[in-house]
Amino acid sequence: MSKDKSEYLINRKDNQYEVVIGLEVHAQVTSESKLFSTSSTKFGAEPNTQVSLVDAAMPGMLPVINKYCVKQAIKTGIGLKAKINKRSVFDRKNYFYADLPQGYQISQFKDPIVGEGKVILDMPDGQKQVGIERLHLEQDAGKSIHDLDPKNTFIDLNRSGVALMEIVSKPDLRSPDEVNEYIKKLRSIMRYLGTCDGNMQEGSLRADVNVSVRKKGSKEFGTRCEIKNVNSIKFMQMAIEYEANRQVDLIEDGQTIDQETRLFDTKKNETRSMRSKEDAHDYRYFPDPDLLPLEVSDEFINQLQSEIPELPDEKKKRFIDQFKLTSYEANIMVSDIETSNYFEDVVKKSDVKLATNWIIGELFAALNEKNLEITDSPISAGNLSKLINLIKDGTISGKIAKTVFEQMMEGDKDPKKIVEEKGLKQESDPKALEALIDKVIDNNRDKTTEYKSGKVKLFGFFVGQVMKVSQGKANPKLVNEILKKKL
Amino acid sequence: MSDITKQSLSELIKNIKEKKLSSTEVTKAFVERSEKSKELNAYVTEDFSAAIDKAKKFDENPNLDLKLPGIPMAVKDLFCTKNIKTTAGSKILNNFIPTYESTVTQNIWNEGAILLGKLNCDEFAMGSSNETSFFGCVQNPIDKDLVPGGSSGGSSSAVAAQLTPITIGTDTGGSIRQPASFTGIVGLKPTYGSCSRYGIVAFASSLDQAGPMAQNVRDCALLHEVISSYDEKDSTSIDFKRNNYVKELTNNIKGKKIGIPKEYRVNGMPKEIEDLWKKGIDYVKDCGAEIIDISLPHTNYALPTYYIVAPAEASSNLARYDGVKYGFRADGENLIDMYEKTRSEGFGAEVQRRIMIGTYVLSSGYYDAYYLKAQKVRKLIKNDFDEAYKKVDAILTPSTPSSAFKIGEKTNDPVSMYLNDIFTVPVNLAGLPGISIPAGHDAKGYPLGLQIIGKAFDEQNLLNIAYAMEEKINFKNKITDWWIK
Repeated sequence: MSKDKSEYLINRKDNQYEVVIGLEVHAQVTSESKLFSTSSTKFGAEPNTQVSLVDAAMPGMLPVINKYCVKQAIKTGIGLKAKINKRSVFDRKNYFYADLPQGYQISQFKDPIVGEGKVILDMPDGQKQVGIERLHLEQDAGKSIHDLDPKNTFIDLNRSGVALMEIVSKPDLRSPDEVNEYIKKLRSIMRYLGTCDGNMQEGSLRADVNVSVRKKGSKEFGTRCEIKNVNSIKFMQMAIEYEANRQVDLIEDGQTIDQETRLFDTKKNETRSMRSKEDAHDYRYFPDPDLLPLEVSDEFINQLQSEIPELPDEKKKRFIDQFKLTSYEANIMVSDIETSNYFEDVVKKSDVKLATNWIIGELFAALNEKNLEITDSPISAGNLSKLINLIKDGTISGKIAKTVFEQMMEGDKDPKKIVEEKGLKQESDPKALEALIDKVIDNNRDKTTEYKSGKVKLFGFFVGQVMKVSQGKANPKLVNEILKKKL
Repeated sequence: MSDITKQSLSELIKNIKEKKLSSTEVTKAFVERSEKSKELNAYVTEDFSAAIDKAKKFDENPNLDLKLPGIPMAVKDLFCTKNIKTTAGSKILNNFIPTYESTVTQNIWNEGAILLGKLNCDEFAMGSSNETSFFGCVQNPIDKDLVPGGSSGGSSSAVAAQLTPITIGTDTGGSIRQPASFTGIVGLKPTYGSCSRYGIVAFASSLDQAGPMAQNVRDCALLHEVISSYDEKDSTSIDFKRNNYVKELTNNIKGKKIGIPKEYRVNGMPKEIEDLWKKGIDYVKDCGAEIIDISLPHTNYALPTYYIVAPAEASSNLARYDGVKYGFRADGENLIDMYEKTRSEGFGAEVQRRIMIGTYVLSSGYYDAYYLKAQKVRKLIKNDFDEAYKKVDAILTPSTPSSAFKIGEKTNDPVSMYLNDIFTVPVNLAGLPGISIPAGHDAKGYPLGLQIIGKAFDEQNLLNIAYAMEEKINFKNKITDWWIK
């Protein structure tokens, strides 16, 4: 494996192979109710408690489109800088499975609601654009539970009919790292828009991964394999790595690659054939006669356009312009909407440079350690900006600030109060400091003599002593100045 | 009043409103006659004692402002009725009891009507003779061992035999009009989108439409007024201004232009049908309407188009009957085996045939040649009507190419059975309203019907023409009560 700059290549003997990846991401639409029924979509309910007559495909029941889900899909399309199709069609994808009550999934096949768009990735060696092929709306299936009984399978239809957006990328991705960035960016955009919570543990975001390989420099695509339903970025990366190497080995061995659907076994870290192209389902797609073509007006789209918040790319640009953040810092701050909101709240009332360092440094480390999201941060943005102001105006030193910060992490306490209660305020009164310094010089006559005879390195010792005596509260800048004079 | 069941719906309503009859008396009379008519096999499910209880309750505090005050009514077993078994004529739903009510039947109960029971029909409404029902053939009251038509065969038989004053059927390719024609009654297939499909067991979603079946045009207009409504629960329901069909009913059709499509003169059409059509033209002229020859050039393609579109939709609509959630389930070694056994044992031969046709025409490699092409032809058929309606207000045709046939006569020849729908399917493909009215008898004394096809949403005009013709025709059904011992 070579990592020539950021290029991801697989080396075998004299050959170098490039990996070509396209993703079909299934993102659950954030919506109170399902795509074609009024039942709840809340996660974690008792099995079969969120199932309407429509979701259970009772005879004579008919789907009625949830307008909110349509809005969410269009907003996502706008976020992906994509073409919004004013007319789209719901089709039936026919296949039998126990957790598919209708015997078909309502999806959009020929005429999706969103057409071509793009996503910009920030890679270490610059930006990369990934094309979006389309986004369409479809129903989720129910869940088959095979492990509750040795003989029977149980069906939970709570998910049946939940709205999904299938976001299909062009085969523009070239490495597991790019896949990582792509998923994160997609997730970030949808979370900014409030159209998908991106919660991979709850299955709100999962992907089918299409992988092929080709010799470096080749223009033709190789035969691809589709790895179905991978539900974490880590697994996607592992699956791609395994699958790409498997394909390269086959080619090197003089064999051909069969176009097929594969499954990723997370325990064995390998992909396995699920079904070949010959066994592929014939889904017999046709327009759902229970639903009219979905038509949206320009006004409708414009209204949604006006509701789109500032998205990560625009926000990053503004953070760099307005706050003079570096590209690296800006990327971190805009990576999710909550972080960017937190950052903006902090810098509203305090120094940007300090705030940036404290958030990226202390705060993230502390949250990480406690396994908390920024929204669960024990330190509110208001109190963090107070802490930063205490540092900025010299009330406390950076070192003391860390102590205060630690206490703030224990509960959202006002840093001013902590400083007062614990008497941590920085000593900046020259007279008081002089007295302290005199005392230190007095107690260290021998060292003073050494210093004066030219051992200037001892200056640090005196600073340390003063700080120690002051329990860290002495203003280091003033201590330096006075010490220099006194010695 | 001993002849309660001989009264038309309008007469019954009048008598109940004038308190000459109670709902209980009326209901009991129809229950009694239904009990004596089991040989017709019109009912799949009887709900007689509950009906009498409901009638008594109605009489305790009668609301006479309703459109169907205390009127008992049996309905086709394709409409889901809350807490009453709904089978669609199939073994696969033999044990299915809905927890919900179809919009159309709800509209009926809201106007004071009382459910008598559920009427036999072809399995999933697939058939033209009621012979595909899991619950057996239905007898046509006109003559023994004569089919009542289909798929609404239990409905046509029950109205003609006066087991129910009126009923509703569903019509996908002629399933209201053809049985109405075979039994000498009136049957209306409304414009697609007039009556909600919510709660009706689906056959072919883009064609299915519920409609009234009655002894006369006025009764038909009244029931249509009750069942036609916009329904948000059906995405294909259309929100248009509905008429007061009864109030606006008139026999004055002077100056109306009635089209006669030359393409409906099909090869081998019996002379009796040809003569009936001619007579129909005379009646229309007598009413002061003008006859205009028109052309519907794609008529020939309607039947093959229908037999691609309808099975395609059906193959998908019936996928939900898989033994997993409700209805009949056969034991199997595994999931696939269970599916195969359930559907092989649960569906009858005709339903299986149509599922296979539908699956075939939607398969990759065949989709373009069959389904897509059929959709294009369907558009051409609709365009034919649009063109015609630039010149005429309505179109007059025979309802069927023959009178009722004997049970078993066509069961081994599906194509000959399908040909029965030749005059009715174009109307469904174009989404238009069509009505069949009884217009005469053939040499055997079996009734024959004429069909009037209207413009979309123009049911009022359609009913008016039918009403005017009915008066001229003065049809009398020849029913001898042969089945009552």
